[in-house]
Order: sequence, then C-alpha cells, then structure tokens
Amino acid sequence: MDLDFNKEQKILKSSARDFLKKECPTSLIREMKNDKKGYSETLWNKMTDLGWMGVIIPEEYGGIGGSFLDLSILLEAMGEVCCPGPFFSTIVSGGLAILDNGSEDQKKALLPDLAEGRIILSLGLTEPGNWYGTENIAATAIKDKENYIIEGTKLFVENAHIADYILCAARTGENMKSKEGLTLFLVDSKTPGIKYKLLDTLAYDKQCEVIFDKVKVPEENIIGKEGQAWDILESLQEKAAVAKCAEMVGCIQTAFNMSVAYAKERTQFGKPIGAFQAVQHHCANMVIDVDGSRFITYKAAWKISEGLPASMEASMAKSWVSNASRKVTFLGHQIHGAISFCDEHDMHLFYRKAKAAETAFGDGNYHLEKVAGQLGL
Amino acid sequence: MEFKFSKQEEKFRTEVENFLKEELPTDWPDKSMHWPGGYGSIEIENKENQRIFLEYRKKLAKKGWLTISWPKGYGGEEHSYMEQAIFDEVTSYYRATASGISTGIAGPTILRFGTEENKKDWIPGIANAEIDLWLGYSEPNAGSDLASIQTTALKDGDDYIINGQKIWSTLAHESDYAWLIARTDPDGHRHKSVSLFIVDNNTPGVTIRPLINIVGVHSFNEVFFDNVRVPKKNIIGQENMGFYYLMTALDFERLMVGIGGFRRVFEQFVEYVKQTEKDGAPLGENNNVRQKLSEIAVKIEIAYMFFWRTAEMLDKGNVPSVESSALKLVTTELSRNLADVAMEILGPYNQLMPGSEWAPFSGMAPRGYLDSISATIGAGTSEIQRNIIATRGLGLPAR
Repeated sequence: MDLDFNKEQKILKSSARDFLKKECPTSLIREMKNDKKGYSETLWNKMTDLGWMGVIIPEEYGGIGGSFLDLSILLEAMGEVCCPGPFFSTIVSGGLAILDNGSEDQKKALLPDLAEGRIILSLGLTEPGNWYGTENIAATAIKDKENYIIEGTKLFVENAHIADYILCAARTGENMKSKEGLTLFLVDSKTPGIKYKLLDTLAYDKQCEVIFDKVKVPEENIIGKEGQAWDILESLQEKAAVAKCAEMVGCIQTAFNMSVAYAKERTQFGKPIGAFQAVQHHCANMVIDVDGSRFITYKAAWKISEGLPASMEASMAKSWVSNASRKVTFLGHQIHGAISFCDEHDMHLFYRKAKAAETAFGDGNYHLEKVAGQLGL
Repeated sequence: MEFKFSKQEEKFRTEVENFLKEELPTDWPDKSMHWPGGYGSIEIENKENQRIFLEYRKKLAKKGWLTISWPKGYGGEEHSYMEQAIFDEVTSYYRATASGISTGIAGPTILRFGTEENKKDWIPGIANAEIDLWLGYSEPNAGSDLASIQTTALKDGDDYIINGQKIWSTLAHESDYAWLIARTDPDGHRHKSVSLFIVDNNTPGVTIRPLINIVGVHSFNEVFFDNVRVPKKNIIGQENMGFYYLMTALDFERLMVGIGGFRRVFEQFVEYVKQTEKDGAPLGENNNVRQKLSEIAVKIEIAYMFFWRTAEMLDKGNVPSVESSALKLVTTELSRNLADVAMEILGPYNQLMPGSEWAPFSGMAPRGYLDSISATIGAGTSEIQRNIIATRGLGLPAR
C-alpha cells in the first residue's frame, strides 16, 4: 500500500502548480466570465507546450503516453485554481472516448491534433428529458445510405460553441429504453443543421444547448460500433466522473487552505477566530472531507490506471466528493464571513465550481444508486 | 501510488484468516455481539464465551500474535504497522480483537520506558496472556481534561499510598491489575506531577463497584482507592513522567480501532436486506434503503482509507497526528451512523432486542443503537478529536 505519488508524479504536480499559479490567477477566471470563447489561447498554447494535451495520448500518436493518474494530477492542479477552458471537455470527455474506442483511422486522424492542442472537443449526452446517465436518450440517428441523419437536442454541452467536433450519443435502434441501439457519433461542428446557444451558468463555464436539425454524419464517424455506445458511454462516464473528482479535490483543497489561513489571521474578540472551537471544528470537519476525497479519488484513479474494474470506487468517489465539496466550500464561506459574500472575494469562485462539478457526470445520489447496484441490491 | 497489499502482506492476511477460522468456533462472530466502535459490549459476557476467548488468546500468545506490535526479543516478531493493521482488521472482522490494555498499551509502554525490574516483573505475564490489566485513567472530575486527575500516590517509606477514585474502568472486575495514573506531586505542574503504577486488584483498600451500562452489560466499574499501599517497584519508569508516557502510548493505540467490525456488520445487514420483503417487495429495492446503505458503504471505504493511511504513514516514519484523530473521529461517527441507518431500515422491528421473538438481524441493531452512544464519547470525544486536528494538525491557536 502506498498512498503517495512517486517522484515523477510529485514533480509533475509541483511544476503544474507553479505554472498555474503564475499563468492562471483568479483574475483570469473573472476575465473569462464575459469572454466569448471562455478561455485564454495564450494559456492553452502554453499548456500544449508543456505536453498537457498529450498527457494520456500514447507516444505513437504524438502524446507523452502518461497514465490516468498523471491526468488526474494535472486536473487536480487545474482544480486548485479553477482553471477555465476546454481542457476537460477536450482531453477527458472527448479524448478518452476516441482513445478507448476510436478506430485506428480515427485515432490517427485526431489524436496527434489533440496532443498538439489544435482541436477542441465536446460531449453531448444530456437532453431535456434525460438528466444523468445514458438511459432515455431520445436523439435519433436514422440511416440514409452511407450517412446518418441526427435529430435532437442536447443540453449542458461543454464548449460546443468553440468545439471542432461534438461527440453526440443518439439512437440508431427502434427501442427507446434498450441498451442496444445507442450509437456515439463524431460530429463536425461545421456541419449544416447544428445550432448552439450559450447557457448562462453558475460557474461561468461555457455550456451550450445544441440543436441537431437533420445533421448529416458519415458512417465512418461512428465511434465504436453502431448500436454499441451503451458500454462505451458507461465506461467513459465512469472515468470522467473520477477525473472530475480529481479536479474537485484541487478545488476544495484551495477553499480549505484559504479558510485555515484566514482563521489564523482574522481577529475578533481579541484573538484569531481560529482559536474558537466552533471555527476549529469547522476546519476539522473540512479535513475529513478533503482528505477523504483525496483518498477515494486516487484509489479510483489508480484502479483505472492499472486497468482494473473501478465501477464501485468511481461511484463511491463521485458521491463522497460531490457531497464533500459542497460542504467544504460552504464552510469556507462561513469561516470567511461577510467579506466572502462580495464578488471581489475569491471564495465564491470555488463555491460555484464545486456545485457545477457536483452535477457533472452524476451527482452524489445518482452515484449512490450505482453503489447500491454494486452491492448487489 | 499503489492501493493494494504486497505479496507478503496478502500472505500474512491469509495466515491470520486461516488461524481464526481454525481456532475460533464457527459461530463465534454471532456469539460475540460487539457493535463496532462501541465500548458497551464485551466478548466475555458469559462464562462460556469467557472460556473460549481466554483459550483463543493463549493460542495467539503462543503464535506470537498477542504481542504483534512489540519489538523482536520481547515476544514480538517485528511486524510492520501495515501488518499490525491487517491483523486488527481481520481479527475485528471475526469479532475477536485480541489487543487490549495489557498487550496494546501496558506492554509497549513498559518495554519503552520501564526499568529493567519493571520488564522482569510484568512483561512475561502480559505476553503470555497470564495477567490482565484495566485502564485507570478517567476520574469523575477528569474526563476529557485528563490532566486534572485528583487521585494521589504519596510516598511513605518504601511504598506509595494511593487515595482517590477511578471511573469507566472497563473490565476491572475481570482483570488482575490496574494500569493506573495518580498524582505523585500534588504541587507540581499538572502535566509533570503524574506517575504510572501497576496496582494489584487484591490490595487492601481497593473496592470495585460495577456500573451497568445502557446496553445492560457490566463492562464498566468505578474503583475506589482508600489508603492503598503499593510497593515502590510498581511505579513504571520514572516518577512524575506518567503523563508523558501516557501521551506516547497513544502512538501504540492508533491502529486499535476494530475497523473490520464495521465490514462485518455491514455485510450482515446487506444480506438481511436482500432476503427481507416489505409490502410485497424486496427491501433492497426500496430507494431510501438503497441510498442509505450505499452511503454507509462509502463511509466505510473512507474510514478504511484513513486506517490504511495511518499504518502506511507510521511505516514510512511519519507521525500521523491529523490522520489518527481523523480515523478515530470517522470510525466512531460511523458507529452511530450505522446504527441509525439499521434502525431506520428495520422500522418497528428495530425495537426487538437480542433473543426476542421476531428480532431481525439477531437484535444487533437496537443493541448497537445503545452501544454506539459510547463510541463518540470514549477514548477522547469527537469534540476532543476535532480540537486535536485543528490545533496539532492545522496549527490553529489553542486559545
């Protein structure tokens, strides 16, 4: 049992931290809030130069061939600063789908571009009638010779407005409830019939409504096989949930650090507020939530890295971390008091981020239900 | 990073498991009604259990596992902390935690701080499960604030004369000696005036009075010391160093949380839920039941992570101050939580005590509901653990 990072991973973590501390101050998050694209190309390019885009892409496709653990370390560092931009949707939601399930041709065509930071990806799963998971996806893809015609509406499609490709899950089979008949398409975002609208969201991230109106997609753009996206999406969401947890661990670590530092320096009644047990106990409770989040997240990430089954750990992680991040960021506000209610204070950035991440790839209750399934209930 | 046991650890785990399967009656986990985290139930609630358990402990002693945390040459085999943790996990899973005051606290403290005479007098008996000690720390006016103890041990020629009262003295009535702290310098600094003694229960002036706990079990006692004369050689280590020894001994206790007990109860409860119907449908299909049980499963996993982390840090030579308090806090709150959830799920049947007609789940739940009250109070309340995490761990000012 070794719960610490190895030497290379420690270096990766500290160098990622140093880099982001310098290049991604909270002023950038505020700047990106009203930015049309929602990310800094300068920062994106620098991240590319560091090899981050290729962290999990094998060397033969132009990446650096790192592990899922390495990816998690980078995501944790990005979470620590609430780094805005399309890294997650491109490398995790989109990149992993192609890496794990793409044909050789698709990989050759896309992975080198991904590693070079040249393309942005986005995943379209959720629909107005379907919140979490892949049940009840209603978008259809009807075969028309060598093409499929996609019809449907997707919600919470991250960065669709800047994406080069949108991965879209749609029904190619008749049965709406069946696990069969679900297919994943790689859709060129320039294809006629695609309309997107930016949604105004809590955490300033760029999530879109995307309408597919008779969008023609060639057969060779199917990821995996026709009708077999269920398993692909289950596994993808499992990994994405753990990756999201890694980001959240970073997010709540910062909220926690800020709070403990503030409890030591803020004076009331003639002593630091951290000398009061009520505040001390808030901090102690945060330790359980933050450390617990870290342990369970990295256990799941390690299992994925090793290629071991991780469904139980992934859902345990997402449910614990979802609840923990809500509690930690709220207590962060409580310890800071009124000043943290001001827009100029940074705490709310983490409070917002934590909530947005909580709902991504299934909230706590959704994953508890998955745990129940794993328990054989 | 590696979230699995080494080959050697796996082998050790199997060895311990096989030993328990062989040496304990197969129905032992049902005979011993211990609720994880609680202090209210004891293994030896009747003579039959007492006999089985003593036999088991003697066999452990022979195997060298009773003193698993001891250094080589003192009955110990020099196991890593991770192996000690595995041992605790497996034995507590079988509701047969072997480590107690004698081998978990007294033995290691004597080995580390005791005089040669102390070692000669006490170590062989402790290592061979021949003598048992009870913990004489708490007093009616010294609970969380242990340094305020009032029991005195004053020198009189070649002896000490002890006067005062101890309370929550678990199994004092079934043990042979007290592992006692008393104030040897009533005018001294509160942390530097306390000494550790071993006191024979049979010494004139010692009165043990039972305290029946809310579970209905005689686990605790209050013990009165009225001019009890103890020979000087029974002081452990140096005079007035007792509080320091006691704080250091906390190091030895870190892994004694009986974590496997949580796994056992949970497995049993999940099994019960799978096999039980309510309103014509399996209980396990009820959404509330599913959510509540999954939540417990996640919390058990988190508690285990703190547990392995503590062991791993000790093996790496680090001091797990936050982690061990967090471990105590997490496991004991889980003890409460588990009882709450089990009670909620059992509905009206949650009132049926062990042995009653219609009692589901052997009546464990209502017993746990009572017993778990002690979990967040005993051995440092949840509040004290949070104080420790905040002050020692995070460096927040103590006042």
